[in-house]
Amino acid sequence: MELARKWVQALWFFLANGFWGFPATGNLYQGPLKIICSPGLNCYSCPAATTYCPIGSIQQLLLGIRFSVQNGQYFFGTFVLGSMGMLGAVFGRFICGWACPFGFIQELLYKIPSRKFSIPTWLNWLKYGFLLIFVILLPLLIVDDFGMGKPWFCKYVCPAGTLEAGIPMLILMPDLRSIVGWLYVNKIIILTGFIIWSIKASRPFCRTTCPLGAFYALFSRYQLIKLKLNEDNCTKCGACHKVCPVEINFNETPDSCECVHCMRCMTEACNFDAISVEVAGYPMFGQNPDRKRTITNA
Amino acid sequence: MKRKKFRLRRTPFVLLGIFLTLWLIGISLNEPTRVLEQAKSICLDCIGIG
Repeated sequence: MELARKWVQALWFFLANGFWGFPATGNLYQGPLKIICSPGLNCYSCPAATTYCPIGSIQQLLLGIRFSVQNGQYFFGTFVLGSMGMLGAVFGRFICGWACPFGFIQELLYKIPSRKFSIPTWLNWLKYGFLLIFVILLPLLIVDDFGMGKPWFCKYVCPAGTLEAGIPMLILMPDLRSIVGWLYVNKIIILTGFIIWSIKASRPFCRTTCPLGAFYALFSRYQLIKLKLNEDNCTKCGACHKVCPVEINFNETPDSCECVHCMRCMTEACNFDAISVEVAGYPMFGQNPDRKRTITNA
Repeated sequence: MKRKKFRLRRTPFVLLGIFLTLWLIGISLNEPTRVLEQAKSICLDCIGIG
């Protein structure tokens, strides 16, 4: 299953970044597919990006809300929020584990052999702050003389934008190099920090900073497709704790907002069919109803 | 063996309906055009250059 997941992640990476004609055109993809919401975090200023980043787009709409209303255009971000919400309501953080390009990069970095560290639980709360403050409040409230805000998260934090767009664009467009300043240096430092952290700890950006992950996490209890704990089968052996890449104890908190639904606990750890995938309450796979009886009889 | 009964969870469908409505409102306000316009251009601010 883990190998299949890696292939799915690679597939999504190349679907979201599937425009490889950019060295010839010298520009980013400008086709009609860019009306599609990228499920995972993927900068739309990346020259190969084929979809729009919901976090980037929602900030752009919020920062220009006064300007658009003055012009009689009521762009409140409902289209982007609707797209994100539908994805969240169906898949929740399955997207983080299976379809996020930046999550995939972090997982590959974590494979580099080194001494590994865990991430303190309280840091998980930071991502909700980034979502509320950097993505919603600051772009909406801090405006210049023309009533325009800034995309605070993209501009000052997002390492995915630096990696996928900032660096490739400087290579692709040499003219841009002359306007590089402290802001770019700041973003390179943040990116370097996350690269090193990703080698040492599992998915640090997803767990502590990603506003899209924070948004999808809000659906963890209610999403259509989710992992389910069958308490009758659970022996509380703790095997699911040991394989979890985001360090949750699945049998204690099966609806955890941190779970990225990689399903390693279900496919690699649990020997008692205590974990299954359910759709709207109906178990789809991973659960054998006769299993407990078999174990009892053995 | 007694077959276990499963209960349909309705909340995901309610949420899906709410966000589908928002999405349709966005389309009716012509927001996709604006989103496409933004996504087609390089956001220098977003990539740390502007």
